[in-house]
Amino acid sequence: MLEQIEGSHAVAKSVALCRPEVICAYPISPQTHIVEGCGKLVKSGKLKNCEFINVESEFSALSVAIGASATGARTYTATASQGLLFMAEAVYNASGLGLPIVMTIGNRAIGAPINIWNDHTDSMSMRDSGWLQLFAETNQEAADLHIQAFKLAELLSMPVMVCMDGFILTHAYERVDIPDQEQVDAYLPPFEPRQVLDPDNPYSIGAMVGPEAFTEVRYLAHEKQQQALKIIPEIGKEFADVFGRSSGGLIHNYKLDDAETIVVTLGSVAGTIKDVVDKMRENGKKIGVLSICSFRPFPKEAIRKALKNCKRIIVLEKSLAVGFGGVVANNVMMSMQGTGIHVYTVVAGLGGRPITQPSLIDMLLKAGKDNLEDLTFLDLQHEVVERELERVRISQKSGPAAENILRDLGVLGRAELDDWSD
Amino acid sequence: MFQTRIHGRGGQGVVTAAELLSVAAFIEGHHAQAFPSFGSERTGAPVVSYCRIDDKEIRLREPILEPDAIIIQDPTLFSSLDVFQGLKSDGYVLLNSNKSFKELGVYDIIAKVPDKHAYYVPATEIAIKHMGRPMPNAVLLGGFAAMSNLLAFKSVEKAIRSKFSGKIGDGNVSAALAAFDNVKKTYVNEEKEKKQ
Repeated sequence: MLEQIEGSHAVAKSVALCRPEVICAYPISPQTHIVEGCGKLVKSGKLKNCEFINVESEFSALSVAIGASATGARTYTATASQGLLFMAEAVYNASGLGLPIVMTIGNRAIGAPINIWNDHTDSMSMRDSGWLQLFAETNQEAADLHIQAFKLAELLSMPVMVCMDGFILTHAYERVDIPDQEQVDAYLPPFEPRQVLDPDNPYSIGAMVGPEAFTEVRYLAHEKQQQALKIIPEIGKEFADVFGRSSGGLIHNYKLDDAETIVVTLGSVAGTIKDVVDKMRENGKKIGVLSICSFRPFPKEAIRKALKNCKRIIVLEKSLAVGFGGVVANNVMMSMQGTGIHVYTVVAGLGGRPITQPSLIDMLLKAGKDNLEDLTFLDLQHEVVERELERVRISQKSGPAAENILRDLGVLGRAELDDWSD
Repeated sequence: MFQTRIHGRGGQGVVTAAELLSVAAFIEGHHAQAFPSFGSERTGAPVVSYCRIDDKEIRLREPILEPDAIIIQDPTLFSSLDVFQGLKSDGYVLLNSNKSFKELGVYDIIAKVPDKHAYYVPATEIAIKHMGRPMPNAVLLGGFAAMSNLLAFKSVEKAIRSKFSGKIGDGNVSAALAAFDNVKKTYVNEEKEKKQ
């Protein structure tokens, strides 16, 4: 049924339709309304046969999820930002053990400096953990991807992160078609665990593995992700058959056929870029957008095929590989090896900086003339950076950079500076 | 696409106002997207929320830079920030105040928008009268419906009732209706003044 609903609540409803048996979460910042919504559904009895466990930290949240999943329960949790870092050790355990947990990441920046706003640094920090990572472009897709994620996770016996932009999606009210229970039941069969801790048939999960077999176990994790490259489009198609709309898949292509310039991106900013593309096409600029839904596994072949006829690629990403450039761009460059097509990196939207149409248009006009730096920081205030570099040159004791820059911008001392909450 | 920006302070229901506006638009079959200015939601701090309404899917995710309408829930914001920033020349302004735009020193800005595009309503007083609480957010949506003719009051009422049930819902609806009538009345008076 169509509802005008907050992204977080849409996801809570969607997760509940998947009949999870254990939901555990650390319910304070950084957290979204998702687990709050799930908690209410459990308490009101709308979500039956589900235990909601409040834990004392994110590390505990995922540890409890691991335990629950190992006993054969369909298990869900959610976190973001520093919370994901705090569970890092358990993140690797969940994937290393092959437990099909589904976790939402309401994408946010990582401090320091303290920042509660949106970017993709949190998910990217766990990109090599073995979890599958699906990125939602809209709240509809976020809701739909959770249903697909349980199916995908359980088919592979691997955990899946559904990544959705913090605030931009999680806190946005928009229309979402919330599926019926019958549809979800038809699509998602009951959980059949590949491994289960059962007192009647005892065995251990989590053996110590030395050099004699570690590579093989790790290789299998990679192999499972290669299988996922086939399964993700299949379950996406099956989803479209049952629910009557397409969501998910490996990549989304927008006006690529005749595109000379293609912007590759992840998440909700694809919408803004599509609007920009439509405007610029009115002036004859042949631009397209490819948004990556499955970042792990990374769909190298699909991306290479979709991009092979363009003149230039711009990877616009909300993450920064400090000391190198782009995280996503690096993956795209590897996919395009040998084609000779130039890949530009544009780092944008860090720590919640709005990505606006005028800035995108300006950047794309430069790119169209191949007049763009290989690595561009969208809307970077160069003069502010220069002044801080100058302060550092002048004095060995120039002080903390973040505070210096805020003072430079006239922000420090203003009441709004400490007006933050989740 | 019709874009509205709402300014107020934490605790005045600024975020809820944008959400309710989006629900009212949804009820009328439009696409709508509401979102807060992320972060500063602490009591008393300046808060901004946004609502886009369109007849096709809304893909844009940037903050509203050039609003078609601005709703100001708290006139004390004038001294600390430029709430009118980016307002379109044919835009709308709705202000919660019992003082006129002239008395508040912002008449120059209001003079730039067309006739019947700017109103002030004592929403806080109306709220206290109808609900016993100084919550101007839903009240102003009644005024907004009257001013913009974008949405029927019935849709605003339904949206309010979807969020607030029972007595609180009744109070908000009657307060919103009072604001609706207030704007319509001012509107009629302006017409009369012109004819005289």
